[in-house]
Amino acid sequence: MSKIHIANGRIIDPENNIDQTGSLYIADGKILSAIEAPADFTADITIDATEHIVCPGFIDLSVRLRDPGLTYKGTLQSETTAAASAGVTSLCLPPDTRPIIDSQAAIELIYDKAEKANYRHVYPIAALTPQLRGIELSSMAALKQAGCIAVSNATVPLANLLVLRRAMEYASSHDLLVMHHPVEPALENKGCAHEGFFSTHYGLPGIPEASESIAVAQCLELAKLTDCKLHFSQISCKSAVIKIQQAQKYGLDISADVAIHQLHLTENDIEPFNSSYHVLPPFRTAKDRQMLRKGLANGTIKVICSDHQPHDLDAKLGAFPETEPGISSLETLLPLMLSLVNDKAINLTQGIACLTQNPAEILGLPLGALSPGLDADICIFNPDLSWTVNPQNWNSAGQNTPFWGTTFKGRVTHTLQSGKIIYTLKLNTS
Amino acid sequence: MNNFQLNKEGRLHHFITIEGLSKEILTEILDTAESFLGISEQPVKKVPLLRGKTIVNLFFENSTRTRTTFELAASRLSADVLSINIETSATSKGESLLDTIRNLEAMHVDMFVVRHAISGAGHFIAQNTAPHISVINAGDGQHAHPTQAMLDMFTIRQYKHDFKPLKVAIIGDILHSRVARSQIQALKTLGVKEIRVVAPKTLLPSHVEQLGVKVFNTMEEGLDNLDVIIMVRLQKERMTSALLPSEREYFKCFGLTEERLKLAKPDAIVMHPGPINRGVEIASSIADGPQSVILQQVSNGIAVRMAIMTLTLQNKGDSV
Repeated sequence: MSKIHIANGRIIDPENNIDQTGSLYIADGKILSAIEAPADFTADITIDATEHIVCPGFIDLSVRLRDPGLTYKGTLQSETTAAASAGVTSLCLPPDTRPIIDSQAAIELIYDKAEKANYRHVYPIAALTPQLRGIELSSMAALKQAGCIAVSNATVPLANLLVLRRAMEYASSHDLLVMHHPVEPALENKGCAHEGFFSTHYGLPGIPEASESIAVAQCLELAKLTDCKLHFSQISCKSAVIKIQQAQKYGLDISADVAIHQLHLTENDIEPFNSSYHVLPPFRTAKDRQMLRKGLANGTIKVICSDHQPHDLDAKLGAFPETEPGISSLETLLPLMLSLVNDKAINLTQGIACLTQNPAEILGLPLGALSPGLDADICIFNPDLSWTVNPQNWNSAGQNTPFWGTTFKGRVTHTLQSGKIIYTLKLNTS
Repeated sequence: MNNFQLNKEGRLHHFITIEGLSKEILTEILDTAESFLGISEQPVKKVPLLRGKTIVNLFFENSTRTRTTFELAASRLSADVLSINIETSATSKGESLLDTIRNLEAMHVDMFVVRHAISGAGHFIAQNTAPHISVINAGDGQHAHPTQAMLDMFTIRQYKHDFKPLKVAIIGDILHSRVARSQIQALKTLGVKEIRVVAPKTLLPSHVEQLGVKVFNTMEEGLDNLDVIIMVRLQKERMTSALLPSEREYFKCFGLTEERLKLAKPDAIVMHPGPINRGVEIASSIADGPQSVILQQVSNGIAVRMAIMTLTLQNKGDSV
């Protein structure tokens, strides 16, 4: 393993309260030291990071790789390449693959595929219930032993609150994190847009804010009852943030993440019937977006995730309600986070913590920091480099993003995983 | 925002939604329809305006009235018309919407008239069809039914002449009504004094007031001093999905009766896009009474659809 010297970068490590210009030293795949030069260090590789930011590699709590089973939308190879180019060095894979991640064999298959793709840190989230049917409990002890990082029923609703209660109790007995999408399906009622002016104007079936806030309230009561470690995935509305904040004050062990696009777009930004904007939960109002940003700033929401969902062309080719929801969002994660900093919604250290230190803490992983001895998962980015979302600059197999054609500031130049350079930006000389 | 409906010269190419169309364009449609009114009363009910053009009616959702008036409108303009009921055709064999469109394009057609159960289907087809083909929306999901709205505007103008001083109410299932959405946009563009919606809260979409209407939950308040009453059809399935308790209770609260009609102006007209449910949303004596213009709406439908077909196909730059 080579010794790497990352020189002259602005090193930001929220965990260790570091924000200063200097060097980072890596040997044997581990971090040797930040800022202070170790004795007798001769680098095999030196990366000049002048005017670049050097931080821990990003940890993404929700990335659909579409592999196994849905490889016409994306493959483990294509999507981990996209992840590496986005500075993401660890990612959690929700269980709604084919086969569904509800067996040890499925977990082994994913680890095997990740190894072949030379991407080390894929963390499968196992199904909370077999086949995600929402009725019985999955074999969580065996799934944990096989290496799942958490349990979740993805976006599939559970049969009733009793199943959720039992699943939370059982997961808690095995010290497993439950990741949950808070949705009351009866109120979601096959909607495809936020219930409000936009859905009324365009005659689209709406999803009221209450479908999420009621589910959050129910889950919080169950968390209290079961003492379960609960994480809310991809919340979208103001009242959910308020309820989670209150529960945290009460002392519940609750965390939450938000998808990066929810911090930017609202129902007013949707181009009429443009299926690139079809996403679940739907884009809500400016007030919701403001509260999500506030929740991020005050620590109620600890994590920003990409909620990456690449799609094939056909999935998005149709009348809006008939298309599949989701955005291919890994590669716009960093520039959109930087744009939050630019908008003064959060500061840069907070933004980086939401992508590194905080998700590592929720998952209980020894990652997301530049402490000596940890795996050298590193992201180096140029915060001022402009680039345009187009096929030349895109790695994911899914081109389904409302930001297609947008010019952003901020781009990853190098990504290291366990001390290995897995991505280097090749700039077009033209 | 909806400029995709207009060609480079700013003239009508598609007709998908009223949104984004100017008062001038709507007035041009009404004026053109006016000039077509006489044709249906001539012994030879045909003009050669669209001779040699092929128009395909693509109905992914059942309709008798709308399809028939589109067929008659096209044949009175001497176009060749083909009506395809897709519900029982290709898509039930698994063919996608886009493949159906591509196949028909390959047969060199000039216009699609589309009805579809999903909101946004009209936009989708217009944006994915060959540039020389015009698309007319004959109703998409709960989004828009712009030709129905225009024939309603035509009927209102026939009886009331000037839009400016009018108070208009739309009564009934606004939530599920594409007709109501298009009517509201047309009435706003043509500049009526006041637009009201009258319905129980279960049949009103959220934030409906932001469409620029006054909201009423009782007929007694909503009908006061009206010039135009537009009743919207109530679908039977609303009773089974916990939106309303029964037809009887609905008629009792929101049915248009002789007594309630007296609350409106004495010369108010009563409209309904059909098909009507007698004794559910409207009393028979009113549907057949002197203030009803329901059948006039149907006749006007042909002239208005002739106007829209002619304007969209004439704006191609080639000779028609």
